[in-house]
Amino acid sequence: MSDKSGSVPEQPRAIVVGHGEFAGGLVSAVGQICGMADKLVVLTMMGMTPEDIEGTIRDQLLRTGARVIFTDLPAGSATIAARRIVKEDPDIVLVSGVNLATLLDFVFNTDVPPTEAARAAAERGKASLIVVGR
Amino acid sequence: MGISLYRIDDRLIHGQVVVGWGQPLNIRLLVLVDDLVASSDWEKELYRMAVPPDMEVRFVDVATAIRDHAKYASDPRPGLVLTGDISSMHRLVKGVKAIGSVNLGGIHHRAGRSEKLRYIFLTPDEEHQLRELEAAGVEVTAQDVPSARAVPLPEVLEGATR
Repeated sequence: MSDKSGSVPEQPRAIVVGHGEFAGGLVSAVGQICGMADKLVVLTMMGMTPEDIEGTIRDQLLRTGARVIFTDLPAGSATIAARRIVKEDPDIVLVSGVNLATLLDFVFNTDVPPTEAARAAAERGKASLIVVGR
Repeated sequence: MGISLYRIDDRLIHGQVVVGWGQPLNIRLLVLVDDLVASSDWEKELYRMAVPPDMEVRFVDVATAIRDHAKYASDPRPGLVLTGDISSMHRLVKGVKAIGSVNLGGIHHRAGRSEKLRYIFLTPDEEHQLRELEAAGVEVTAQDVPSARAVPLPEVLEGATR
């Protein structure tokens, strides 16, 4: 499907899911900084059972064709659900502990497949944590 | 030190348990009581990776938890006992007969359950099991995070504090 200009709308490249409004806030920041929030799908998991969380992530992977999942906390329900999905399909990449620097690097890195971009972005995200002061 | 918290949470090990309660209570021993998880090496590994390195986690079925409860209770480290459903906690409490309070941390919507609190949904049978616990002298309250008010069971069942 194409629009009137002939360009093809790009599919989202990843799903972002976390506690509370974490995912929405992070993706909103991506949009404010570089206008590329449409590359990411926001999921919240408030009030959901573990089965609902897993089912919702699966649905969005299927709907969007995304192969990357970003979650906030290694101990979180979303991470547990995502790990179950990755167990069945190891071609999907999960990055837990996502931060804004990670997502910004990811959305700009369109020269490589999203799964590869996710691995590189994780390294950039780790390096972005700095401590200043005594 | 003993067990600081007996919690029912269908998400099992997750942020609220490990961080929300684990940090203020300084939890160093986490006992996950779940027949299914205890029987699966993969499930155990899945949840073990969600636990910080300074916290020991044990995966046991309900029968083992009843047998070994005295060991958990006499462990010098602050402990948290976690089940994923009311039935498992009900069996544990009945088997141990030394559990004074139970925390309802998260029992979410499923077919047959009705909403009591934002994070508590119960079937009639689950309500009955909780009433049985309270009748046996166990204090049952709902409280998802430490900063929230502990809602007593009668209030939970009224569903008046949504």
